[in-house]
Amino acid sequence: MPAALELRDVRKSFGKTAIINGVNLAIEKGERHAVIGPNGAGKSTLFNLISGRFPVTSGTISLNDREITGLPPQDISRRGLARSFQITNIFPKLSVFENIRCAVLWATGYRYSFWQRVGGLRDVTERCDELVQQINLGKRRDTPAGVLSYAEQRALEIGVTIAGGADVILLDEPTAGMSNTETADAVALIRSVTVGKTLVMVEHDMSVVFGLADRISVLVYGQVIATGTPQEIRGNKAVQEAYLGTEQH
Amino acid sequence: MTSFFHIRRLALWAITAVVMIALPLVLTQSFAISMLSQMGIAVIFALSYNMLLGQTGMLSFGHAVYFGLGAFFSAHALNMIGAGNLGLPVTFLPLVGGVAGLAFGVVFGYVTTKHSGTPFAMISLGIAEMVAACSLMFPSFFGGEGGISTDRVVGEAVMGITYGQGRQVYYLIAGWCFVCMIAMFALTQTPLGRMANAVRDNAERARFVGYNPTRVRYTMLILSSFFAGIAGGLAVINYELVTAESLGVVASGNVLLMSFIGGVGHFFGPIIGAVLVTYLQSALSNYTLAWLLYFGLFFLVMILFAPGGIASLLAMHKPAWDVGQLKRLVPSYIAAGAASLVVLAGLIALIEMIYQVETKKEQSGTVMNLFGLTFDAANAGPWIGSLATMAVGAALLWGASRLVRASWQQVTIAINAKRGA
Repeated sequence: MPAALELRDVRKSFGKTAIINGVNLAIEKGERHAVIGPNGAGKSTLFNLISGRFPVTSGTISLNDREITGLPPQDISRRGLARSFQITNIFPKLSVFENIRCAVLWATGYRYSFWQRVGGLRDVTERCDELVQQINLGKRRDTPAGVLSYAEQRALEIGVTIAGGADVILLDEPTAGMSNTETADAVALIRSVTVGKTLVMVEHDMSVVFGLADRISVLVYGQVIATGTPQEIRGNKAVQEAYLGTEQH
Repeated sequence: MTSFFHIRRLALWAITAVVMIALPLVLTQSFAISMLSQMGIAVIFALSYNMLLGQTGMLSFGHAVYFGLGAFFSAHALNMIGAGNLGLPVTFLPLVGGVAGLAFGVVFGYVTTKHSGTPFAMISLGIAEMVAACSLMFPSFFGGEGGISTDRVVGEAVMGITYGQGRQVYYLIAGWCFVCMIAMFALTQTPLGRMANAVRDNAERARFVGYNPTRVRYTMLILSSFFAGIAGGLAVINYELVTAESLGVVASGNVLLMSFIGGVGHFFGPIIGAVLVTYLQSALSNYTLAWLLYFGLFFLVMILFAPGGIASLLAMHKPAWDVGQLKRLVPSYIAAGAASLVVLAGLIALIEMIYQVETKKEQSGTVMNLFGLTFDAANAGPWIGSLATMAVGAALLWGASRLVRASWQQVTIAINAKRGA
């Protein structure tokens, strides 16, 4: 199985503090992969390295067999990797529709055009309306994103992430802070929007992880201590000691 | 729905055009026409500035650089036309300014737009200072302290138009102003214009959907410099003179004030700001030496009580207008307006007396005329009187503000009731 995303000996230090200590990880094309680990294990930092938000200290990252180490976020995004954020990161003054359109405009090739009226771009408008329906925000289409409810903003966060049509999707704690029903809706949404795509997600909710993921990697102190199917991870001694064990205390 | 808004928008543009055509027919004094011309130039300049501040979130302290350089290149081009070395109708001279502005936008913008926020503001200020310094270093191009003077009545008359009369110049400016307004509005409706808003709101997120915020800022700055340069070219035709002042930091500050007072959050805000500030600057300076002080106070009051500018004040009333409740606010507004006038009268008396005593004593003594009254500013009476007027006005204003709040509460209830239903 070819790797959609591959990390080789990736390290990251902030000053003298090493956060990521040599991560090796291969995400297969089309799989749903969860990264779990205790707080401070470096999960979000790992996403920030992959998506180009922070530069790596050493090591290489490749996307679909092409190296992306050191590229700025927009170049990584253009090569087909999109990410969401743990803390909602959208365009608060723009409407739901306009938020989605930001991602669609690049993907449909209109980019920096200033000679076309955006309202006249039928393909863009249709695609955006489809996406707004898909994330169940049809009734909120023209509402400024800043005044949406928390769960709606999280849905929009996912919408903006997938709108560009990337084939590798990184979701950073998509269900954090949600009620049980909201979480169930979010899982259904994630399932539907990532069909046929590669998904990597950081998640704390174990029911979400074990329900959604094909494989799981466990990150502890900046290192992957185990990767495997949910069953393998459940049965892994090291994982039980390092992570699941501490959770039960 | 869309076509309905389209028709309304077209109607708005048509009304704007009619007003612009009719104004000099109503206000026929040459003073008024010259002021209208200045307004037209200021509108283009302020709108171009708002492409940066309001639409892309870039606070520039050096936008007059593009206006001024556009003006200098236009002045030299106009002199070349006069000498017969350049075959360009004067009508299209502003394009020379626009292209010059754009070219300098390409050069300076490359440096400034690498950053956003405070670093961008500081670098823009640095470039403004640098260009201002250069203007004194190259007197052959910038004309030293006297600037470059020129003559707009050159070449052959095209259909009787020579731009000899002020009114013809006004119509030239109004024509360019109208075209530029539409062009700049159209720009807000394009993918670039929309992404400028996105970059303003959250530049980082824009990166993660594929956009390079630097490129968005850079392109917006280049286009905005083009329009600033057009305004500069029109200023050359209007004044037949351009000095280094026009590209200085004061001029840059002025366009910032115009946009801010008008309101940077709405497309039409800077239009209001440019018209109002131009009016205040030329009208007030005719009446009083202290006009800069009044202007500063006005700016202060705007920032304190209406940080979104006049446009946001107007926009605030739209929901009340939509439910037909605007009339409920009128009585309280009249009361507040009257009370404000009382405060203002006391304040004006005070300021004018200070000016009389401090700066005009030698020429005209301490006896002065104000509001149709003649009094001696050396006596205590007028001072006590103006302070008392201010105090009474302040008390009235306090009362009126309670009225305003009460009627707004009623209106808000009515709006919510309409929305609920």
